[in-house]
Amino acid sequence: MATISRSSRQSPADVRSEPTPIQRASSVLELIGNTPLLEITRLTEGLVRPGVRVFAKLEGFNPGGSVKDRPARKMVEIGLERGDLRPGKVIIDSTSGNTGIALAMVGAALGYPVELVMAANVSKERKKIIEAFGARPIYSDPLEGSDGAILLCRKIIAENPDRYFKPDQYNNAANPLAHFQTTGPEIWRQTGGTVTHFVAGLGTSGTVMGTGRYLKSRNPAIRVIGMEPDDAMHGLEGLKHMATSIVPGIYNEAELDDKIAVSTEDAYDMVYALGQVEGVLVGQSSGAAMVAALKVACSLREGCVVTIFADFGDRYLSTNLWIGWQQWRRDRIERLVSRWNVSANATT
Amino acid sequence: MGIKVRVPTPLRRFTGGNDEVAAEGDSIKAVIQDLDRRHPGIGERLLDEKGELRRFVNVYLNGDDIRFLSALDSKVKDGDDISIVPAIAGGR
Repeated sequence: MATISRSSRQSPADVRSEPTPIQRASSVLELIGNTPLLEITRLTEGLVRPGVRVFAKLEGFNPGGSVKDRPARKMVEIGLERGDLRPGKVIIDSTSGNTGIALAMVGAALGYPVELVMAANVSKERKKIIEAFGARPIYSDPLEGSDGAILLCRKIIAENPDRYFKPDQYNNAANPLAHFQTTGPEIWRQTGGTVTHFVAGLGTSGTVMGTGRYLKSRNPAIRVIGMEPDDAMHGLEGLKHMATSIVPGIYNEAELDDKIAVSTEDAYDMVYALGQVEGVLVGQSSGAAMVAALKVACSLREGCVVTIFADFGDRYLSTNLWIGWQQWRRDRIERLVSRWNVSANATT
Repeated sequence: MGIKVRVPTPLRRFTGGNDEVAAEGDSIKAVIQDLDRRHPGIGERLLDEKGELRRFVNVYLNGDDIRFLSALDSKVKDGDDISIVPAIAGGR
């Protein structure tokens, strides 16, 4: 396994706190987190300067298959502590998939029924996985997107408020807190404190808010960068175009140092590249994260850029992501990078 | 009589907030071109620079995915119902 050589920021306390891999667990919930950090080397070769390293945290290794296991566990845990969730109640939320899968898994592991409101056009794989965990899907109009699911979920709860516990990932402080307590410390440890840039997609914004806060608490110079689709009409499942969406209550744009807009086409191409060049098959939001991370990395003389690959690609095989992948060539990524260089030269 | 086109939330800024608009044309491509004349900007959200349907856009003609018909050349007639649906739902 590769080690990170530039460890000047790593203190002995950090080294001692390196977690031992769990060999045995009494609940699947104990297996959430401590995901591996993969250095992206083949794809970045020749595109970034020698002093720049790019890493991706592979959140697909969580037991529910995505980064959403972290906030789902934390939101339910705090709900139980406060008594908002207790026997007889049903966990309900609006979700386009990964949070739904995570809540379905957490609910099953703790013995609570789960109902999930989602737009009918989420991927078939996600619907099946949710049902396989015993949760009940409720579909909203696909033309209304995730905001339609949010509104339908509110209506269902209003009709029977005592029946439900709604984690409300868009407005629950436990969502970023999960990342503050787990994702952030893991990245700090795994990079030996050398991380200089953190790049993550904006969905609920929990990942970038919580992880960013932790990293800045360790080193205020770390730049925290949000990534979002470049247009309201996009194909990046899991991500929000903030200017045209219901803005999550947990989102505070002032905490971001920068934002990068990514086109769906570039993100899809990057998914194909990661699969064929790096041997990592991820979903479209991870492709977008890699585009943004690469854009940041290309602008640096030296640095350590960390991004999040929210899940693996196998739950998107039936989706539009795979339309036209046979036409993909590596030169598309090189053309993409050359476009950035042209625009950078034009502005300097 | 015309053709009825259902418009998803992200494109309603081009249609004055309407979730359903009228259009004309004898193929899906012609209908999209007509839509763009009536609601400038909508066309480039649906078609790429080569004039192909963007990968993340699904178009349904009377409930059938046009990719399983004749794609943009699928024939359209008065009274038909077209839905434009982004391939994803957004949010998490």
